[in-house]
Amino acid sequence: MAVGLPENVFMTTVNAAASWCRKNSLWPMPFATACCGIELMATASSRYDLARFGAEVMRFSPRQCDLMIVAGRVVMKMMPVLQRIWLQMPEPKWCISMGACACSGGVFDTYAVVQGVDRFIPVDMYVPGCPPRPEQLIQAIMDLQNKIQQTGTLNGTEFDTRTQPTGPQPFDREEMWRIEDAALQSKVGGFGV
Amino acid sequence: MTEIQHSAVLLLSEQFGFDASAWSRNRDNVRVRVDSERVFEVLKCLKTLGGFDMLVDITGVDELEYPNATDRFRVVYCLLNTSTGERLIVLTYVNDPQPTLPSAYPLWKGADWMEREVFDMFGITFTGHPDLRRILMPEEFTEYPLRKDYPLRGRGERHNFPVITRAES
Repeated sequence: MAVGLPENVFMTTVNAAASWCRKNSLWPMPFATACCGIELMATASSRYDLARFGAEVMRFSPRQCDLMIVAGRVVMKMMPVLQRIWLQMPEPKWCISMGACACSGGVFDTYAVVQGVDRFIPVDMYVPGCPPRPEQLIQAIMDLQNKIQQTGTLNGTEFDTRTQPTGPQPFDREEMWRIEDAALQSKVGGFGV
Repeated sequence: MTEIQHSAVLLLSEQFGFDASAWSRNRDNVRVRVDSERVFEVLKCLKTLGGFDMLVDITGVDELEYPNATDRFRVVYCLLNTSTGERLIVLTYVNDPQPTLPSAYPLWKGADWMEREVFDMFGITFTGHPDLRRILMPEEFTEYPLRKDYPLRGRGERHNFPVITRAES
């Protein structure tokens, strides 16, 4: 015999309920180091209105945040700071890599600029663009909300399986070639073919 | 303006016996070349007698691959006389190994961070500087990145960090 439910009661799982709460109240940590930060500010402003997605409360303390938005290039002097801030954020937490520089170094392929923050911290969403428009960032936040709803658990056990780094190796093949070339050039001089 | 700018060169020729090859002009840009041994005296003379009370900038150039270059590093001092508006550029040259210049800090306090930047980027040491440390690159950095024999993409320093996976953070 089926039990009739009143209309104001619905059935769900604890995981889905927790994820639903979390995805609709993301608190971003604006790690804005360059011009992408301006677009990030525009996204939070009244014209694009990030508050529609429950993510308008920018906090400058990592202790109060659960979404890190890395907006802009990260140099080697900033990388330890970024890692420390990421580690200071309480669970559950997510990371958006916003813009070409944060994703891959962009045009700044130089001695000081890290070629993508995903080499050193785990990234959930990548936003391409130089800089991305606010709509693109909003799309990334909506995709992240979908991801949280679909994979989220109450205890955050979905993070425990991510034991392998998802980005490129810090010293991938091309970077090793560059280092080798530099060592060779200092011995025999520049390319001359 | 032309007369005034000549006056700085005239002053130097009176004080130090400059010859015509030691200065040049490009539009409103008067440049004076001095030996690195005499650069402090020249700057002091320009400040006290020439009225150049502001040091606008100190920067460096690595002439490693310049055609016809005779010296390795050029160091450029940009001076400004704030009462007359005249400007003067003082060039000096230093060489490997251990390129060294006297610090301009006793004359202009603003030389402090500019000389630290030149030291950081080119490895030119300034004797008499109160606190000659790296200013832009991290303390543990060992190279001088604006030297022409340093590769543009570095020697792997930019990726020398631990990798944090999601499970352990």
